[in-house]
Amino acid sequence: MSMLASIRPDSWNFPLLLHVLGAMVLVGAAGLGSIASLASGGAESPFLRRLAFRSFLIVALPAYIVMRVGAEWLYSKEFGEGADDPTWIGIGYITADAGALLLLITLILSGIAVRRGSTGLTRAAGVLSLVAVIAWLVSVWAMGGKP
Amino acid sequence: MNLDDWLLALHLLSAFALVGAITIFSIGFVVLRRAETPGRVLALGSALKVGQVAVTVGVVGTIVFGVWLAISLEAYQVWDLWVILALVGWAAATELGRRSGNAIGAAFGRAEQLAAEGKDGPDAELAATVRSSQAQTLHWASTAITLLVLVDMIWKPGA
Repeated sequence: MSMLASIRPDSWNFPLLLHVLGAMVLVGAAGLGSIASLASGGAESPFLRRLAFRSFLIVALPAYIVMRVGAEWLYSKEFGEGADDPTWIGIGYITADAGALLLLITLILSGIAVRRGSTGLTRAAGVLSLVAVIAWLVSVWAMGGKP
Repeated sequence: MNLDDWLLALHLLSAFALVGAITIFSIGFVVLRRAETPGRVLALGSALKVGQVAVTVGVVGTIVFGVWLAISLEAYQVWDLWVILALVGWAAATELGRRSGNAIGAAFGRAEQLAAEGKDGPDAELAATVRSSQAQTLHWASTAITLLVLVDMIWKPGA
């Protein structure tokens, strides 16, 4: 598989860059949003709630879209239609789809939490986004190791 | 999965920790410019601590597993152009990031001092420190170089 990487066609490089960079920024932004959500509860709760919501909305969501567009573009070049998907592709799709759902629910909860000043909703959003980040890191392991 | 597969997976996870941390710091730098009270600066600092752990894991992991992989794989050598470019970029980005961290660390020190004195209002010195153009410049330079290293890793010039 590593040999395959060394002979990867040049036309795959840009979609791969989009996919990898989008995923890296997604993990960082969702991770910060998660930590800020879970840390809220003290005197600076409104500040941390806004930080978390904006991290999810302004950085994580666009990064997810870039990651997913890169993934689909790369998939169409590497596998095409009718090809059998290897296990690591399956793991990638499952975590991407489940992660999208978790990110969407996180955004809704986090947005409502900012409006209502709810610490409970903020923490729920933090837990959900943390689960998504862990799932995405499992996916990174699968993409690298290709089990 | 063989050893090389594990090395690649760990190298990639380390790269995610590194760029994830840079993303966290980038958001932190943007937010910090508007944080004028010690409470907000300290609240942001506590959220950024996870970035400090991640950047350490990322910096060490990328170099250890990356060089190990270059030695282990027959297709690549440590003296390949793209590997040398990545090593130089990694060293430059790490040093610039370290200096940026030291420069912005003064803001957190000042915020802690004000909080210990029971002052939670806006402070001119704190505001000036969090808007330090030196720390910002060093951070964004480190970020740009890291992005170039990522481009180098994917395109592998000379391979």
